[in-house]
Amino acid sequence: MAILLVVDHDNTSLSEQTAKALTAASLIGDEAGTEIHLLVAGEGVTAIAERAARLAGASKVLVADDPRYTDGLAEPLAALVVSLADGYDTIVAAATSSGKDVMPRVAALLDVSQISEITEVLDRVTFKRPVYAGNAVQTVRSTDAKRAITVRTSAFAVASEGPQVPIVPATTGQHQYPASSLVSEQLAKSERPDLTSAKVVVAGGRALGSAEKFNATIIPLADRLGAAVGASRAAVDAGYAPNDWQVGQTGKIVAPDLYIACGISGAIQHLAGMKDSKVIVAINQDSEAPIFQVADYGLVGDLFELLPELETALASRSATKS
Amino acid sequence: MRILVPVKRVVDYNVNVRVKADGSGVELTNVKMSMNPFDEVSVEAALRLKEAGKASEIVVVSIGPAKAEDTLRTALAMGADRAILVETDDTIEPLAVAKILKSVAEAEKPDLVLTGKQAIDDDSNQTGQMLSALLGWPQGTFASDIEIADGSAVVVREVDGGSRTIRIALPAVVTTDLRLNEPRYPSLPNIMKAKKKPLERRTPGDFGVTTEPRLIVMKTEEPSGRKAGVIVASAQELVQRLSAETGTI
Ligand SMILES: Cc1cc2nc3c(=O)[nH]c(=O)nc-3n(C[C@H](O)[C@H](O)[C@H](O)COP(=O)(O)OP(=O)(O)OC[C@H]3O[C@@H](n4cnc5c(N)ncnc54)[C@H](O)[C@@H]3O)c2cc1C
Ligand SMILES: Nc1ncnc2c1ncn2[C@@H]1O[C@H](COP(=O)(O)O)[C@@H](O)[C@H]1O
Repeated sequence: MAILLVVDHDNTSLSEQTAKALTAASLIGDEAGTEIHLLVAGEGVTAIAERAARLAGASKVLVADDPRYTDGLAEPLAALVVSLADGYDTIVAAATSSGKDVMPRVAALLDVSQISEITEVLDRVTFKRPVYAGNAVQTVRSTDAKRAITVRTSAFAVASEGPQVPIVPATTGQHQYPASSLVSEQLAKSERPDLTSAKVVVAGGRALGSAEKFNATIIPLADRLGAAVGASRAAVDAGYAPNDWQVGQTGKIVAPDLYIACGISGAIQHLAGMKDSKVIVAINQDSEAPIFQVADYGLVGDLFELLPELETALASRSATKS
Repeated sequence: MRILVPVKRVVDYNVNVRVKADGSGVELTNVKMSMNPFDEVSVEAALRLKEAGKASEIVVVSIGPAKAEDTLRTALAMGADRAILVETDDTIEPLAVAKILKSVAEAEKPDLVLTGKQAIDDDSNQTGQMLSALLGWPQGTFASDIEIADGSAVVVREVDGGSRTIRIALPAVVTTDLRLNEPRYPSLPNIMKAKKKPLERRTPGDFGVTTEPRLIVMKTEEPSGRKAGVIVASAQELVQRLSAETGTI
């Protein structure tokens, strides 16, 4: 049977996380003839549907263009997915804040368990997923008639470009769902690369001491490297950085090529969000800090001295390079 | 207004969890157990609503082994009014938990259910959403602020790009994020008082819910580990080595 992938978007652009979840969906459907349908629900989402239709692995794009789905509220979206579920044995979404909001509703309404944040596909019904903040990895096999899955996107590559596939309207009937409404949105607009897709992440912890010092110390280095900025929970709780920068068990899970942790001790809950990065650099004045146990390169000292030095070293290097 | 707060007994967040050598699970003997940190936040949120005169009664419920009574007593010591223990030694998946909680909610008729965003053992992040779907109530997930007024809740939700504020009609299910509040510690006199607060015992069978797992755990293993690398002497050396050895900059 076919696979349905629920596309994550903000009414303007398709989330790169969906392109990673599609890679997982393709592995699940790795059997001749399994179709993967991408569901784009929203209002005025033609451009997103066209983008989705060019992702390699997609067989078809279903568009539900309807004001009910404009605000990305979980209740109508879950009802829509459930109304389409008959044709699918696997329903997949990226484990974004939207995927995590919607998919458990879908699972419950279909009376199936959800398989959260898979990191590996073993076969159509068997997956690996981390538990205990990534301290253990379970292999789980589903016995349900259908599977509702969220994908930990840091574990999968972005699906490549493919030939344009057909875009068709989805059947959107009357659904029953509890009403709720969007009051306002406070979304950060930034020129910076997105935390979950950046190649380089510079992250700051409690040691930064204030929002001003965070901005004065972490941001210039990130700018120099074209990096996204991350933070520990301690830094976010203290108001040095916005909540959507938090990396960890309860924040974002990232796996960039390079992760530079500055003044972060390396609590297990923080490591849960970044220990699959390719190269980890730790800058901390305490040589015993647990972060050094996962770091490929460590620099022991005061970050307020070391980060400006690092920036200078990077600047002189790019000067000699050009 | 009545608030129902499901609380889960989990391995304490400070414990360094170890996988058993035979791959059958994680080591749970002689390991410190505590209330799921998110559920402490939920209890605290409920207490503040009661203190603000918005709620009249806080009922806490836990599904788990007899020892989950300790978790419920902690919630009672924080200030909850009464507790329900749904006793079972089976591992129960979020879907079964949600089904039991649905029955409890139908009996208790709360105006608000406050679950945690996720349990730090299974890291599922499902139960609240599932409960909301099964009850046909609206949901407000990952809450960092909750205001109750005129039969509805205004919930600030932490989302990937920042935050979103939604309005949901009560009764509703809200799942709590850590930034909602800083939970209080129970005082000694309140710990003593909590021992006398009412605690009702039930079983999943009382609610007609079967707890048979839908997901079979085939194996539990250690994550692929990382080794400590090198300590470099200066920022300059770091740049040289990153460039020469990793090609990441
Ligand atoms: C349920 C739960 C979920 C959690 N989820 C997350 C999560 O998602 N993400 C997360 O990050 N945390 C999370 N935490 C919190 C986590 O346990 C730690 O408290 C947090 O990560 C600590 O942040 P930190 O490393 O910035 O602060 P600290 O642990 O205080 O470390 C600060 C570090 O800075 C160093 N330092 C100080 N001054 C300097 C200086 N001038 N130069 C260089 N180094 C300096 C110190 O040596 C120290 O190592 C969670 C906790 C719980 C209970
Ligand atoms: N066994 C349980 N008993 C009581 N509450 C639970 C139980 N399991 C999950 N919950 C609630 O559901 C939330 C999310 O758990 P989970 O979906 O397992 O990540 C927890 O924070 C609790 O509020």
